[in-house]
Amino acid sequence: MSNVAVRINNLGFTYPRQSVSCFSNLNLEVKEGERFGLFGPNGAGKTTLMNCMTGLLQFEEGSIQLLGHEIAHHKRSVNKLFGFVPQDLSYYQELSPAENLAFFGAWSGLHKTEIKNKTAELLEVLGLADVRNKKVEEFSGGMKRRVNLAIGVIHNPRILFLDEPTVGVDVHTRHAIINYLKHLNENGTTLIYTSHQLSEAEDLCNKVALIDDGKIIAHDTLNQLLIDHKEDGLEGLFINLTGKSYRDS
Amino acid sequence: MMFKLGSTILKDIRILTRDRLGLIFMFVMPIVLAVVITAVQNSTFEMLNTNTVPMLICNRDTGEAGKQLETAITKAGMFDLKQVMPDVTDKEISEKMHAKDAVIAIIIPADFTLKIKQKSNETAKKALRNFGMQTDSIINDTSSVQPITLLYHPVLQESFRHSIQGALRSALLMVQNREVLKSLYFSLNETNLPDSLEQELMSSQVAINEVPVSRDGSRNIPNASQHNVPAWTVFAMFFIVISLGGSVVREKLNGSFVRLKTLPTNYLVALISKQITYLLVTFIQAAVVFSIGIWLFPVMGLPKLNLPADITGVVIVTLICGWCAVSYAIMIGVFAKTQEQANGIGAVSIVLMAAVGGLLVPSFAMPDSFTMVMKMSPLHWCLEAYYGLFLEGGKLKDVILNIIPLLGITFVIQLITLYGLKRKNLI
Repeated sequence: MSNVAVRINNLGFTYPRQSVSCFSNLNLEVKEGERFGLFGPNGAGKTTLMNCMTGLLQFEEGSIQLLGHEIAHHKRSVNKLFGFVPQDLSYYQELSPAENLAFFGAWSGLHKTEIKNKTAELLEVLGLADVRNKKVEEFSGGMKRRVNLAIGVIHNPRILFLDEPTVGVDVHTRHAIINYLKHLNENGTTLIYTSHQLSEAEDLCNKVALIDDGKIIAHDTLNQLLIDHKEDGLEGLFINLTGKSYRDS
Repeated sequence: MMFKLGSTILKDIRILTRDRLGLIFMFVMPIVLAVVITAVQNSTFEMLNTNTVPMLICNRDTGEAGKQLETAITKAGMFDLKQVMPDVTDKEISEKMHAKDAVIAIIIPADFTLKIKQKSNETAKKALRNFGMQTDSIINDTSSVQPITLLYHPVLQESFRHSIQGALRSALLMVQNREVLKSLYFSLNETNLPDSLEQELMSSQVAINEVPVSRDGSRNIPNASQHNVPAWTVFAMFFIVISLGGSVVREKLNGSFVRLKTLPTNYLVALISKQITYLLVTFIQAAVVFSIGIWLFPVMGLPKLNLPADITGVVIVTLICGWCAVSYAIMIGVFAKTQEQANGIGAVSIVLMAAVGGLLVPSFAMPDSFTMVMKMSPLHWCLEAYYGLFLEGGKLKDVILNIIPLLGITFVIQLITLYGLKRKNLI
């Protein structure tokens, strides 16, 4: 469990047609088996960093390795190693959960029987078995979030990237999602998670990093950070390290 | 790979069949287009050949030439003559036309017979002098026939007006020739032209035998269905840009695309799937429209669509036209940033390509400056290939020169699409 899941070395990234770079010489390491939380104010670079790690954005400097594989060189093979649960609902609303899982399962490289078994399991665990053949567009916000999560994990990824997976859901759905994520982690999946729900993050994450203005300003276990900064919760720590001014105005 | 492609095709078919509005647009629109345009063109054809155009006639001439002209116009069979009293003014006739009593009116001047006779006498004398025969009077080429006034409603299209003018000119020539013939006969025989001879001379017209040129030697006369059904099928195939272009943009925007990019499968699989799915759609579109042309048109009183003998040729041309249409729609979808952009640019470009490609105006009637542009329109080559089969009775080998440029354009479109995907980091 001490292997490195994600290693970022001297990452440099600038959005096209922008003069100011998002990251410059950014370094970060996430060990296998960690429940890693990446936090920061709006516009700090959380989603951009996650998009660089998942290969959605091409960076110009440095390197990112997932389980020892350089993503810039082995994009397709690396893609099998991780799952991604984007903030936006990323599937086909016209299809049912089962149909979505069948399609994304095939694209994830699974065989027919694997898809069938995994679909049945996921729909059961995430409370979607009764609506497996209904169109997703008819679902509530919480059910849609659960479908979004199910698609991201259908291929049993070794690393799971989650960009605000519980945004806009009720307490019950949040608990169900967080519990399922813990279950996945117990079975060996490394979680890399961003959220603005800091109380939820305290419950889930055992390692956190705070990012602001494209720089990692703190990175350790949550307990150690709280001790170092004499705070009793993640919210206090967050305000302490990032200040109180708006960042996205 | 095949499993991934199969799953993607299944996904595309499911999404397509659940979009009822899109389906209606894809299948009802070509049917409506083919039926309406064929019916309109067929009625224009019948108006010129079977039906009659309402015409006001104001004969202010009291002589026989005016009456003869009236008779000749009636015999042309093209007009439904409505008499207007000679004392009705030009202005009053115009008002009647504004009231839609007729779209065309003819006014025969008061001295029409007199002037026609004078002119005919002079023409006859000139002819006799040219033959070397003496005439007993001096020829004064002074008489000029006051022109017949043709009033037309502005709604009458120019081509239609020319057609009417041709019929009137023909009637007028009949009257003039009759008078010249009478004068010549009188000058030579000093007796009037016998009625029986007059009838015989004036009625012995040489018939025109119209023969359509066809490659298979058949003499089927092309009708409005043969022209319109293939043309509007091509148009409908390309109009798939609204559905398919929009689908590509929707996929890019709705987030599923983001996830697809993180999966270990190349996005080209999605594009191949869309090409196969929508190629099937264009093929079904063509099959439906052709079936309606064959079986429903005769029931509706429209001419039946005759399928060419080379059915394999029709299938291959349809598939190639469909592939080009699908490729074009995907290209629009790849480059468009919003669904509105895809719909707007897609629809306008298809109408423009149809216009320059010969769907709206026949390609032979295009100005020379448009020839190059016309050849760049894929719709032009689709249409030419279909016309080669449907109108000329050709086989696949006869339209190969239309298929090659069409395939060339399709490859260029595919390359542009790949460039767009590469530039946007999608493949």
